[in-house]
Amino acid sequence: MTLILAIESSCDETACAIVRDGKEILSNIVSSQINVHTRYGGVVPEVASRIHVENISTVITEALETAKVTMDDIDAVAFTQGPGLIGSLHVGVQAAKTIAWAYNKPLVPINHMTGHIYANRFVSELEFPMLALVISGGHTQLIWMKDDWTFEEIGTTGDDAIGEAYDKVARVLGLGYPGGPKIDKIAKEGGPHYTLPTPKTANPYDFSFSGLKTAVLQMIQREEKKGNEVSVADTAWCFQETALQSMVKKTVAAVKEYQPKMLVLAGGVAANSRLRVLMEEEMAKVPQTKLVIPPLYCCTDNAAMIGAAGYVAFTHGLFGDFDAAADPGMLMPGEKY
Amino acid sequence: MEKWTAYTDSIEETHALGEKIGAEAGENMVVLLSGDLGAGKTTLTQGIAKGLGVRRNVTSPTFTILKIYRGRMPLYHIDAYRLEGVTQDLGFEELMEDDGLTVIEWSQFIPEIIPDEYLSVSIHLLDEDARRFDFEAKGKRYEEFLEEIA
Repeated sequence: MTLILAIESSCDETACAIVRDGKEILSNIVSSQINVHTRYGGVVPEVASRIHVENISTVITEALETAKVTMDDIDAVAFTQGPGLIGSLHVGVQAAKTIAWAYNKPLVPINHMTGHIYANRFVSELEFPMLALVISGGHTQLIWMKDDWTFEEIGTTGDDAIGEAYDKVARVLGLGYPGGPKIDKIAKEGGPHYTLPTPKTANPYDFSFSGLKTAVLQMIQREEKKGNEVSVADTAWCFQETALQSMVKKTVAAVKEYQPKMLVLAGGVAANSRLRVLMEEEMAKVPQTKLVIPPLYCCTDNAAMIGAAGYVAFTHGLFGDFDAAADPGMLMPGEKY
Repeated sequence: MEKWTAYTDSIEETHALGEKIGAEAGENMVVLLSGDLGAGKTTLTQGIAKGLGVRRNVTSPTFTILKIYRGRMPLYHIDAYRLEGVTQDLGFEELMEDDGLTVIEWSQFIPEIIPDEYLSVSIHLLDEDARRFDFEAKGKRYEEFLEEIA
């Protein structure tokens, strides 16, 4: 049995979890700052790191107490090294290094995005080769995993991440932050009233959302110039359908070409209700590949997922040194600079 | 040259304009980009990166505020979009003193850290693909820089 204490502080959640053998959550404590940041329309880095400092000790203590274990029972300390906001990451990295040093435990540095992928281990055994669609505020990537803990990027966004496009469109529509859930909700009341261009990319598995974001803005300006009232619900519907249809189509095309045993969704945007429906519909046509959609609690940032990835890295002997530093632009393992 | 205006009709032309900026840029230079969402600030930065010899594709830095790329000198790509209405010390001044080119989007949200001398580029969306770029150089070094680009 292996117990991992995992720490995550890459954005606006301060989190600590205790995970057994990479798939059983003994505790998963998350202290969210989202209410603070909603006021500013986004995460404010300096505010974020200050709150992380205030919260980090509490979440670690709570995680140990809830799991009914002590530091003596812990086999390794896993932490998010990047990508994320430098000030926020720094707090978690320092906390992890301090505990590991004080209790003489090995350190396991983890890439936040691999954590999102391995969060799926809480609901299913992972089968390889596997394809992962990693979608969040900062990422939109198709990752091919031939084996456990090998990563090859076969597609990525050339401009904005999908979550960022959601946030920016939501802001223009006056829906506020975070944009994903708000657009997802109001789009249910909308319909195909407007036409938006489908994103085009040179590589079939790459993504692009910047042009779509601009098209939404131009469409709104055009309608306003004509004196027409712009329907927020219809705009949200059209933006969401265009963005998701394009992303799902590319993903399913990659599934057909690479023929993985399993397709997993990962990251915050995987919580989108329309994406879940679309993905299930399209993947029903490819029954030889199993589709795993993480439960909602695994999509948002948490430390349990860092514990899940941390366990696999631990079994591979991927330990970090005490000079490990926060890496805001951290690449996926195997990703080329 | 203190002021200059350029027009582009496609993403490719915007990339080419950016490439010229990146190719001519010297150490410790600061370029400010302004323009509405979707004007093409990140697109111009992609060209600047190419001109600097950065091989990696430049993507939007909105999420992490700062992205760093390696070229013939470092490119510091800062996006202050999320910093509206907040004053804070993020350590950006230290970056601008390092050898490298700093490109700042939405610099109006962090006026306290903008140096006295810089090149500013104001981007205007004319229609779907057409853009106008109004350059303004502040300081002798940047006037010469603009001379090379124009």
